Amino acid sequence: MLGLPWGMYIGKAMAAVNLTSADFDEKIKSGVVMVDFWAEWCGPCKMAAPVVEELSEEYKDRAVIAKVDVDAEAELSGKYGVMSIPTVILFKDGNEIGRQVGFAGKAGYVQLLAKTGL
Amino acid sequence: MGELFDVIIIGSGPAGLTAGVYTSRANLKTLMLAGEKWGGQLMLTTLVENYPGFAQGIQGPDLMYAMRQQAEKFGVMIRQENATEVNFATKPFEVNAYRGKSVIVATGAAFNWLNLPNEQRLIGRGVSSCATCDAAFFKNKKVVVVGGGDAAMEEALVLAKHAAEITIVHRRQEFRASKIMQDRVFAEPKIKIIWNAQVRDVLGESKVEGVVLTDGQTVKAEGMFVAVGHSPATKLFAGKLDLDEKSYLKRLGQKYKTMSNVDGVFISGDVHDHIYGQAVTAAGYGCEAALDAERWLAEGQS
Repeated sequence: MLGLPWGMYIGKAMAAVNLTSADFDEKIKSGVVMVDFWAEWCGPCKMAAPVVEELSEEYKDRAVIAKVDVDAEAELSGKYGVMSIPTVILFKDGNEIGRQVGFAGKAGYVQLLAKTGL
Repeated sequence: MGELFDVIIIGSGPAGLTAGVYTSRANLKTLMLAGEKWGGQLMLTTLVENYPGFAQGIQGPDLMYAMRQQAEKFGVMIRQENATEVNFATKPFEVNAYRGKSVIVATGAAFNWLNLPNEQRLIGRGVSSCATCDAAFFKNKKVVVVGGGDAAMEEALVLAKHAAEITIVHRRQEFRASKIMQDRVFAEPKIKIIWNAQVRDVLGESKVEGVVLTDGQTVKAEGMFVAVGHSPATKLFAGKLDLDEKSYLKRLGQKYKTMSNVDGVFISGDVHDHIYGQAVTAAGYGCEAALDAERWLAEGQS
């Protein structure tokens, strides 16, 4: 690895919330929460990251956009049956109402969020 | 009317980005439609060991990021949108809402699935196209890799770091992968190979439980990784540019080697290359197309 600054593409304001098993259930139990399961070593996750950040800005008053690092949170990815990343799961009041496996571009995530009427 | 560019590049793999470096350095106003998923096939790979200049190898996504930075440095405008409409019957040409005096097509190749009855349903539930993304979820599990090229070898070797047992299913009795990759696979005790076999379907309700082969044999596995190559991404160009019998774009130019059958539309990379398919050849084709576009524009033919 050259350690190139991928962070530049992730945006200056890291608006998406990082979730762990300690606060996951609490955070998703009410409202609309979209969670991006990702890892450092996954190329398509790096494509998804800036889009997720953009969405966190665009939807900031309507939904929580969050991230789970699957390396740090193997238990959470196991619990939600995540076997491929990026996987984005959409929750409403604690219940899963949709998921997008693989990076599908911004339009894919907007479509997913539309399932909640947003 | 859409903004006018000297060059519109469609695609953002090594061919497109190299073309962009060259056209922008030639002071041509260049737009790249990179696609929502930018970067091309290398975004799904790990260590690239055969791209010249990187003695220790370089991670595929890092290589693409560096190429993108290089293209942007010289002024290529990169739009992360898919090209959905092209019109080559008008001058300037139209691509989505933009207009270009010339176009370089570098859309590369799209991933081939096996088209099994239960394959799409189980994507993300054990069916995967990207071992580098997903191998870690198969720690101590059994997995199947389908294919026989370099990509399949890489998938199997990446999986060998995590999974308990890897079975490669290949339809022929020898691999077409490079010798060095084959040797690494043969030396890896966790990898088994089933020759002369094809997968008929993938099994499992909520997640993958195995695959069944055309001879009826079942292989138990919790993951199936597909690596059976790519097909040229030319759907957008059907009826607009000349394609060969395998749907690759054809370069027909005489004076300008990379020109398609439409004057001012140039072709580069895997979208026309069914022989080499390397990052470095794609980059080379991108350079050729850019130089041709530059000369063609300089001759005032647009």
